[in-house]
Amino acid sequence: MMLTRAVGLGPALRKAAFTLNLMRNQVVLRNIVGRRSIQVQSLPPSANLEILNKQRLKRPSSPHFTIYQPQLTWLGSIANRVTGAGLSVLLYGFSIAYLIAPGTFDSAHVVEVIAGLPEGVKYAGKAILAAPFAFHSFNGLRHLGWDLVKFITVRGAYVSGYIVLGATAVSTVALTLWK
Amino acid sequence: MQSVLSATRSTTKRSFSTSARRWQAVPQQKPVLVKEFKIYRWNPDEPEKKPQLQSYKIDLNQTGPMVLDALIKIKNEMDPTLTFRRSCREGICGSCAMNIDGQNTLACLCRIDRNEKKNTKIYPLPHMYIVKDLVPDMTQFYKQYKSIQPWLQNDNPPEKGEFLQSPEDRKKLDGMYECILCACCSTSCPSYWWNQDEYLGPATLMQAYRWIADSRDSHGAERKERLQNEMSLYRCHTIFNCSRTCPKGLNPAAAIAKIKLELAAD
Repeated sequence: MMLTRAVGLGPALRKAAFTLNLMRNQVVLRNIVGRRSIQVQSLPPSANLEILNKQRLKRPSSPHFTIYQPQLTWLGSIANRVTGAGLSVLLYGFSIAYLIAPGTFDSAHVVEVIAGLPEGVKYAGKAILAAPFAFHSFNGLRHLGWDLVKFITVRGAYVSGYIVLGATAVSTVALTLWK
Repeated sequence: MQSVLSATRSTTKRSFSTSARRWQAVPQQKPVLVKEFKIYRWNPDEPEKKPQLQSYKIDLNQTGPMVLDALIKIKNEMDPTLTFRRSCREGICGSCAMNIDGQNTLACLCRIDRNEKKNTKIYPLPHMYIVKDLVPDMTQFYKQYKSIQPWLQNDNPPEKGEFLQSPEDRKKLDGMYECILCACCSTSCPSYWWNQDEYLGPATLMQAYRWIADSRDSHGAERKERLQNEMSLYRCHTIFNCSRTCPKGLNPAAAIAKIKLELAAD
């Protein structure tokens, strides 16, 4: 006893003596269980592509604009497109309406109808027309600058973006109040 | 017995002069700072189960400073099935590109927001087919890069030695050759989201210009000719998401604008 303790073998020897049998049994047991639960299917290398293609068919597409951070860059671009489309629809719609029914959509009639509206509706209508017109015009100048490779840096994009927003706000107010 | 006595005497003597803490050097305990990470999960072995966000809470004071450290900690200690790409952990391989808190960036270069009241959401790169969890299928992206023939083409190589280039011409390539093709810019571009099949995207277009701008390359005209169609280049509407999100601080938007100007001047 003294000897084993001095060399530090006491616990190790005791453990070996008591557990060797049990451990051996466990290994055997694990092998049996392992063989029963895991089944390996052997496939030729040519089966790769078929498995891959099967997976490819079911792959989901990751989320995009719903999770992307709202930034001046892409929201400004969307606004440019929406205002452009809106103004175009108005221009072409009015022109075509005039072609179809010149009696109803000529200047005299339009002036008459608008003059009869209440003040609040007139100002609201002017603001709704002025804001997209101002934004699309100023942002158009910004795009012309970029096409000439001017202020085409992240900083340039942000500074010009805020200038466009400021100019749009001022012009919208001015055009709305303009008699 | 005698030695025990003397030891006791020496400690009592010590306790008068210094505190026990001083001579034992107790390690400093940092407070627990639990933050929630919500991570996009999808398993190809269960394709009928819809992708979902899975929540993991970890102690930031037991984690490295970057989002990649958090992901590795989660994978090592909480959920070994979490799948993501990573390699260099220092922003030069481009493997760990993903969408963190709504912005595309490299997880290894993105610091964890230490505000524990706000969770951090991690998605794979936007509008890409998902292989598993945070791993997107990059096949199309690499095919597009290959399509611009990204190598030096010159029919009249110098008779002796290498191609020579003036320092000014070499300078034109700065800010373009550093691209690591992590695809953060391309997958942040709404035009690329909607027209991925035909529009080349900012990363590939900047590399196209990197070879057009190279004074040693003599195939610039052919390279431009290949871009002269409605889809390859002109789906770029100068949205600027690409330059805004580039984790290397490069400017693909400027490179594309220069291609457009050169094509218009032809």
